[in-house]
Amino acid sequence: MKFKTNSPLPGFAPALFYTVLYLALIVVIPLSGLFFKTAELGLAQFWDLISGERVTHALTISFTTALAAAIINAVFGLIIAWVFVRYDFTGKGLFDAIIDLPFALPTAVAGIALSTLYSGSGWLGSLFNKIGIEIAFTPLGIVIALTFIGLPFVVRSVEPVLRELEKELEEAAASLGANRWQTLYHVVFPTLLPALLSGFALAFARGVGEYGSVIFIAGNVPYVSEVAPLLIVIKLEEYDYAGATAVAAAMLLISFVLLILINALQAWSQRYKSSSQNVSTTPVQEHLA
Amino acid sequence: MNSSQRINITKASSHSAISEGKLTRWLLSTVALSFLILFLLLPLFTVFAEALRNGWQTYGKALSDADGLAAIKLTVIASAIAVPLNLIFGVAAAWSIAKFEFRGKVLLSTLIDLPFSVSPVVTGLIFVLMFGASGWAAPLLNNTDIQILFALPGIVLVSIFVTFPFIARELIPLMQEQGSDEEQAALSLGANGWQTFWHVTLPNIRWGLLYGVLLCNARAMGEFGAVSVVSGHIRGETNTLPLHVEILYNEYNFAAAFAMASILACLALVTLAIKAVLEKTHGLKH
Amino acid sequence: MKAPLRTRLLTSLLVPFLLASLLSATTAYAKDYSLLNVSYDPTRELYQEFNAEFSRYWKEKTGDHIAIKQSHGGSGKQARSVIDGLSADVVTLALAYDIDVIAQKTGKLPANWQSQLASNSAPYTSTIVLLVRKNNPKKIHDWPDLIKADISVVTPNPKTSGGARWNYLAAYAFAKHAYGSDAAAEEFISTLFKRVSVLDTGARAATTTFAQRGIGDVLITWENEAYLALNEFGADKFEIVLPSLSIKAEPPVAVVAANAQKHGVAAIAQAYLEYLYSPAGQTIIAKHYFRPAKPELITSTEIPHLAELNLVNIDQEFGGWAQVQAKHFNDGGVFDQLYRPRR
Repeated sequence: MKFKTNSPLPGFAPALFYTVLYLALIVVIPLSGLFFKTAELGLAQFWDLISGERVTHALTISFTTALAAAIINAVFGLIIAWVFVRYDFTGKGLFDAIIDLPFALPTAVAGIALSTLYSGSGWLGSLFNKIGIEIAFTPLGIVIALTFIGLPFVVRSVEPVLRELEKELEEAAASLGANRWQTLYHVVFPTLLPALLSGFALAFARGVGEYGSVIFIAGNVPYVSEVAPLLIVIKLEEYDYAGATAVAAAMLLISFVLLILINALQAWSQRYKSSSQNVSTTPVQEHLA
Repeated sequence: MNSSQRINITKASSHSAISEGKLTRWLLSTVALSFLILFLLLPLFTVFAEALRNGWQTYGKALSDADGLAAIKLTVIASAIAVPLNLIFGVAAAWSIAKFEFRGKVLLSTLIDLPFSVSPVVTGLIFVLMFGASGWAAPLLNNTDIQILFALPGIVLVSIFVTFPFIARELIPLMQEQGSDEEQAALSLGANGWQTFWHVTLPNIRWGLLYGVLLCNARAMGEFGAVSVVSGHIRGETNTLPLHVEILYNEYNFAAAFAMASILACLALVTLAIKAVLEKTHGLKH
Repeated sequence: MKAPLRTRLLTSLLVPFLLASLLSATTAYAKDYSLLNVSYDPTRELYQEFNAEFSRYWKEKTGDHIAIKQSHGGSGKQARSVIDGLSADVVTLALAYDIDVIAQKTGKLPANWQSQLASNSAPYTSTIVLLVRKNNPKKIHDWPDLIKADISVVTPNPKTSGGARWNYLAAYAFAKHAYGSDAAAEEFISTLFKRVSVLDTGARAATTTFAQRGIGDVLITWENEAYLALNEFGADKFEIVLPSLSIKAEPPVAVVAANAQKHGVAAIAQAYLEYLYSPAGQTIIAKHYFRPAKPELITSTEIPHLAELNLVNIDQEFGGWAQVQAKHFNDGGVFDQLYRPRR
């Protein structure tokens, strides 16, 4: 098998050479340094470093808060995408533009704004305090920050699929006697699921590594509200390079698995989309038969 | 099916199986908009409200502070280096991935996405491991005057890393969608490679390119975690704008912290506005 | 449209290089010196004023212009940065151990750095006090009040903050004196940290948590940091409580010889630190609620009066920083064993 299929276009070699060189210099070589450093530790010491109670707590907190935020985002992101694709209302363009705010707003700015808003003396924090809920400086605060960070991932993943989803499909389902909930459950939702999952995974992956917005609003209490990235910083500040490296490597490994998952989901989503377009009535008929 | 029939169907079914009832519509819209207001608009509003809490005069004074200006300058310089480098890379990567078939393509595009899933703090850490006192690249620099960590090069490096995939990611699907028919036509008409690229490819991708550059720039200017690890926090020298926000915040200078934050918020708003305009006028969709 | 885009692309490529070369050109002026002071959290205001005064003094004396850059953060973190190459000409940190580590790991300053300046290289000392909300609603008057069940304490993380290590040692010393044994002291500390609601990474972040975010009933902090909070947020919001026993904290200063020589500012760096011991330096120090090493030099009457406290000394009480760090704060040390927060 040849390395490259023939193409009349020029510039393949220099473009690929530059791409690979730049990728190696900026990403691959520095990142592999992390793994060489981890390898130096040896498996036993590595396990020792990441199985300490404080580390496991930090990793658990990072992953559970990111999971909670991603679930919130999946639910509300889906509703938001639905409303923006299907309904018309005044100010739609403005709101549509604002959905991407978390992509463009620096995390530190989001962090100080959210912590001001949700602290006991803030506008929202004081409201929640009245009903006995504290948000800022608790794990709940982390969830809030990660929800802010992750929202556009879900909305922007679901939107294009929803937009392409043909109304005829729903009409067909309806004409075959399905009620609205049946149509949504059997026709719409399965089509959206891959995109929703991939948006969910993206939001989750981003949330796990988030630092800037979290440190302002989390209480940073070890075992309670200390996230893994903060623990890495703390370990660095304690001259504990081995510890910092081990936690970072653990996080990276988990993130890589997530990345592979995301790619698989996207591939699945692509396949599902094309197959559902080709034989657009089959799923409906199957379910109603 | 002609158009009048379709309207009838839509109308007749608007409260049955093809769409939701009026109440459900209202409910869903309210939930969606409340969520956006609560989670996105309110924090944004807070930034400006807090920045202007003590009046315009304090605001102006905060913005003209020498250390603040130095932070703005550093932020602009760092992204003015990082963004063009990623731009060249993004175009080269998109050209090779979108226009050619070769082995290892999937691996290559996965590696390009890699920085997306690396925590900013870990990004900082890997460059500290590389260039720090006991770093494996440190011996190369020991006898030179080149300072990487705690100086501009370190800040630029982590900025490049965190914004690495932005432009490539924007361009690859765009160029894939467009195929290479136009380029092939240009070549068969006698244009050379560069001419084809400048006159055929580039015009086709320029809006996607612009959007990628904007996102890349917003992220580069706003990066906090990674820069924080390699900056050294020298006032007026290695503090970028987001770091300066944190420092002012930690000095009880909340009005000034939010004033600086409001510059970054404005940058975000401009980015979003340009994007909205691009989508409207050029049908660009992510 | 093609040509302008190309021009714009070219411009966007050229601009950074032009800017970069401009930047390097501006650093080439003669007789313009720059000095980097890497310091810990609560000295921001002190050095802001002192740097201006030293620049003025140096210009008057030599005619040269000296620009002093500052970097602040948790003391341990700052030391880490210097070890990793942050090119500090002088370090002014929260405790001697952090400078010891720099000396050990980089060899950029001699091991006996602490004997190079007067008073153990500490031009000022401070101590640890308690800050409570106005009118002291929880009636906190001394260390034992902090471990009552309904008290929420704010103190930074001893692993990253120098101030927090002093806080810990002050509480420990009190308990050991009051209850008679290390075991009792460890139990006291263990209970105390169960009352901690937020463990920030630096002294300044802890003050922000307590004062601005309204969390906690009491903040354990530097004396100067407590006074600063009174000044910044208004004396009608907080009160300072002086404990019956505290610790004499000596935040030391040192020239990072190798860096200063490399930058050609060794003499200025030395003069800079020595000037801290001058009447002018000591007055500024006192003004910012630190305790001057040579109070007899101060003639100004407009400096705040700091109450006399019963203070223990780290060398006599704990056998010095190296021992304290190894026993209490290293991984698996006493602090790690004691610290299990409430769930």
